[in-house]
Amino acid sequence: MTDAVEKFLTGNDLTTGDVIWWTGNGWSRDVKQAVDAGDQGDAILATEEEARRVNASYIVDAKNGLPLHIKDRVRAAGPTVRADLSVNPDIQIVKA
Amino acid sequence: MYKYDNYDQSIVDARVAEFRNQVERRLAGEITEDQFKPMRLMNGLYLQLHAYMLRVAVPYGTMNAKQMHMLAHIARKYDRGYGHFTTRQNIQYNWINLEQCPDLLDDLASVEMHAIQTSGNCIRNISSDQYAGAAADEAVDPRPWAELLRQWSSFHPEFSYLPRKFKIAVIASEEDRAAMRLHDIGLELVKKDGVLGARVFVGGGMGRTPMIAPEINPFITADDLLSYLEACLRVYNRYGRRDNMYKARIKILVHEIGADEYRRQVEEEFAHVKTLGIDPPMAEFDRIEKYFAPPAFAADASDEIDRSDPDFAVWIDQNVKPHKQAGYAIVNISLKPIEGIPGDASADQIDVMADLAEKYSFDELRVTHAQNIVLPHVAKADLYAVWTALRDAKLADANLDLITDIIACPGLDYCSLANARSIPVAQKIAKRFESPERQRDLGELKLKISGCINACGHHHAGHIGILGVDRKGVENYQLTFGGSGAEDVSIGKIIGPGFDEDGIVDAVEKATDVYKQVREDGERFLDTYRRVGVEPFKEAIYAK
Repeated sequence: MTDAVEKFLTGNDLTTGDVIWWTGNGWSRDVKQAVDAGDQGDAILATEEEARRVNASYIVDAKNGLPLHIKDRVRAAGPTVRADLSVNPDIQIVKA
Repeated sequence: MYKYDNYDQSIVDARVAEFRNQVERRLAGEITEDQFKPMRLMNGLYLQLHAYMLRVAVPYGTMNAKQMHMLAHIARKYDRGYGHFTTRQNIQYNWINLEQCPDLLDDLASVEMHAIQTSGNCIRNISSDQYAGAAADEAVDPRPWAELLRQWSSFHPEFSYLPRKFKIAVIASEEDRAAMRLHDIGLELVKKDGVLGARVFVGGGMGRTPMIAPEINPFITADDLLSYLEACLRVYNRYGRRDNMYKARIKILVHEIGADEYRRQVEEEFAHVKTLGIDPPMAEFDRIEKYFAPPAFAADASDEIDRSDPDFAVWIDQNVKPHKQAGYAIVNISLKPIEGIPGDASADQIDVMADLAEKYSFDELRVTHAQNIVLPHVAKADLYAVWTALRDAKLADANLDLITDIIACPGLDYCSLANARSIPVAQKIAKRFESPERQRDLGELKLKISGCINACGHHHAGHIGILGVDRKGVENYQLTFGGSGAEDVSIGKIIGPGFDEDGIVDAVEKATDVYKQVREDGERFLDTYRRVGVEPFKEAIYAK
């Protein structure tokens, strides 16, 4: 466990609309593959948006591998009321 | 019901072709997202929390079986096997692939449906009474007028870029089943000395600034109606604020200049508009009206219902309403099962409802603003067969207008605007009150939940309303009492500090306990609250 705040990059796949996360060399639907983009987030997103590999992208604060804001944790998990549609049903939406 | 003519079909087909080209250009990188976004929104395609979401228009909530089957087909082929019926009588799909969207819209167009004007600052889907054409208390069937307004407002060149979105509801009964006065314009069709006209209410709405529409005109004759509405919109288009989206709805304009001044300006504009010949000739209205002729009811249909099955009898008492035609009834299909998601229906369930409409309801269905489905014209002799089929499809919950018949927006589980989840709260409340006897003992109790201040879950109009907010990154739920979207319209008031997800369920239960203790004979929760005020409820809910 660490207190360091990481910078995750996220957005939606242009074609499918899926929520995706920056892995360092591409995009994944699984937030567990996300990496800290440090201070390179804006530059990476500009390049990736231009190449149409991501849409509606933005930078989120994360800690211990999960976004800090509940909205982004829901994006990472999928609808909490449809476990069958969840990407990561084990993600804790509400912080303990 | 209405059938497209060649003109209707050609403009919808042309729009699909245009959007197909726009999608291709976006996918090829020829246009940016900033350029594409207004185009996709004009076709009802949002980018939501998890994926693209498509909102399909159901004009005044009316569909036939073929259209309903198409909604099931779309759920299966293009989405994940279900759809979500909304408080504006539409349906939304949550998992749409951009590349496939033009094909989806082509499929929709093949059954005279589309997603046009389900987003953007234009006149949205015209909503109406789900019992239109079946209710005993209506002055006329409001649907031909709603259809006329649909045609008038579709691609209206002057009103495609209003200051903000614009919602119109049309009813024709004193009982308001469409939350008419909580719309930008609400119309109540009435007859005066044998002449058909409308009461016109302007400037209602929910959202962050809830307002009840004041009456702007007590009676505009039907043959002047379109011109009068044109004048209403023109004044708004001219003076509605475009500098602040939170103050851009017509309710703010009417409130700021006052109903009297707004009325004066509308009258002035109306005098001019009336010279332009906007109102259609009666022959055109007659053409439209013919599509809404009553179905061929059997003159000798029996009023007898065999109530020997107790579960069926309970469903009859709760979900079946009187019809204007002897021997027939209006069937409400609840989309609020205890463990379910309010307004959601699987593709299979949608097909079941379509089949029942075709077989038992003269090929008609309605979507209600309370996120349920109606079979408007069912022979009483067929009710048991309908109920049996609904029960087998898990669609026979007998909870219409009870505490578990909850309106809930998609909330933070799906919506990018939401601050808190709505659906889990609805599910927990429904679970707490799952006993049918307990629900019926509480009687009519309209509970509505919104996941943010935009109020898509109509919490302002709930006898009990719940508003989800973000309090320092944590979901918090405010409780309001005393709202109503019916003819006794009112805006609920916040009763005190908010609660967490479990606390809000306890608070609702304590409120119902107080109601049971102090209610008088025949009083609904809302009536009791209005009589005794908030204090007894606050004392119980916030007791240490």
